[in-house]
Amino acid sequence: MPQAGTLDIQHLHKYYTVNGASLNVLENIDLSIQPGEFMAIVGASGCGKSTLLRLIIGLDNEYDGDIFLDGRRIEDTGLDRGIVFQEHRLFPWLTVRGNIETGLLNNTRFSKEEKEASVRAHIELVGLQGFESAYPQQLSGGMSQRVAIARALVNRPEILLLDEPFGALDAFTRHFLQDELLRISSEEGITMVLVTHDIEEAIYLADRVVVMQARPGRIRRVVNIDLPRPRPRNSNAFAHYKDDLLQDFSVGGHPEEILAGNLEQPA
Amino acid sequence: MSSANESSLALPGDHPFLSRAGVFTRNLIRRGGAIFVFFLLWELAPRLGLADAAFLPPFSEILRTGWKLLANGQLFLHFQASLLRSVGGFAIATVTAIPLGLAIGRYRPFADIVNPLLEAFRNTAPLALLPVFLLIFGIGETSKIALVIYACFWPILLNTITGVLTVDPLLIKSARTMGLTPVQLFRKVILPASAPTIFVGIRVAGAVSVIALVAAEMVGAKSGLGYLIIYSQYNFQIPEMFLGIISITVMGLLISYVLRTSERRLSAWKSQPSE
Repeated sequence: MPQAGTLDIQHLHKYYTVNGASLNVLENIDLSIQPGEFMAIVGASGCGKSTLLRLIIGLDNEYDGDIFLDGRRIEDTGLDRGIVFQEHRLFPWLTVRGNIETGLLNNTRFSKEEKEASVRAHIELVGLQGFESAYPQQLSGGMSQRVAIARALVNRPEILLLDEPFGALDAFTRHFLQDELLRISSEEGITMVLVTHDIEEAIYLADRVVVMQARPGRIRRVVNIDLPRPRPRNSNAFAHYKDDLLQDFSVGGHPEEILAGNLEQPA
Repeated sequence: MSSANESSLALPGDHPFLSRAGVFTRNLIRRGGAIFVFFLLWELAPRLGLADAAFLPPFSEILRTGWKLLANGQLFLHFQASLLRSVGGFAIATVTAIPLGLAIGRYRPFADIVNPLLEAFRNTAPLALLPVFLLIFGIGETSKIALVIYACFWPILLNTITGVLTVDPLLIKSARTMGLTPVQLFRKVILPASAPTIFVGIRVAGAVSVIALVAAEMVGAKSGLGYLIIYSQYNFQIPEMFLGIISITVMGLLISYVLRTSERRLSAWKSQPSE
């Protein structure tokens, strides 16, 4: 079993310079995510949630404050973190297996046999047995996202980051993959951070939901979802959380989130 | 996956109305019909007096000449000389232009600086430089191969640079999150991602190599198909001249076929049925 990571974000600030003016994208983010916890981050476009994820994965190391994974400050990408983006970003010239194996290129912890076993196990985990030799062009959107999930997990990272992973999928596939993600989460037992537009998705999946707001990007509040899983989407308790969280997005309440320009850069 | 099944329905063996031999004949007519009609017109035009047989001999006469030159080994000699020059020049251009293009493409600021100059070189017609090459390298093999190298070099170089510059940045970032080192990033992502664009340049170069070579052989050579054409014309051996022209076509088709096949093999992932 992989070791689940503890993520500690302390006094995080992030600025972009746009046309010479400094732009505050993230302001004073403090957040602690426990090992094995499923954390969802919701917020309108421009609230900095994708930027936050890009800092955690290590694609951008220019920030003030600290992000610690198990006490180590994050300054670069690393095999202790995996990420799934909204677009699957598979290499079109590699087969399903080839794509997943790419995740293991620099893994020195595993022996050759362990690598093979891990590839096989993760193809099984996402239910793609029989498609090992298929190319990404031959796969549907949902299947491609499964490959991307397997590729992100094949190193057995301590934490899995998900940047609107199901945003481009149809509702049926999305619901199906949400259940798959819950199963993977309980089987792998690793820490998960999900960024999403979809409040229902956040309530359905997460232990805690972080609500962010824009200009500058900051945490508005954190909501514990105290519901046993599986969580029926039509239950009263579910609806209660949904109503509660939707208030943060209502135009009357906080227009700035809705009107905020999209200043996020794709990770 | 259903698309794979659907496309298999269209295999010739499964045709509902025609037998296998029938399908073969139909394809032969469909693909070779126009060529056959063309040669038929060529045969008939001089015989019916529509064209001067002295300038356009019937096609059968060219075939007869071809058989004669094939039997005495002359055709093979010229064909071989031309093929070696064009393939040699093409190969040298490929192995030098691709690494250089990869290096330039990796450093965008540098690429932006040199690109206008490279475009100027690419648009300087190789044939215009032929006198320069003859001055520098003389009329031996060197000047002819040098001209082919020059002609092939630019399309490959510019396409390689473009290929590297236009690799999807999302794929590069995705590879970085998997901890790939810069060298791995280059070998595992940038190279395969730019391969299709590089191959476009290689195919253009393949066609250009024949054009440049024929011109070079027409100006100063003692062998080769270009020489055969121009020499036959001087001596009014019109069937030989047309034979040389047809041989050039065959060589061009051959080169293009080999390049197409290797491209298809190298990018098998692109020809897979997609949804």
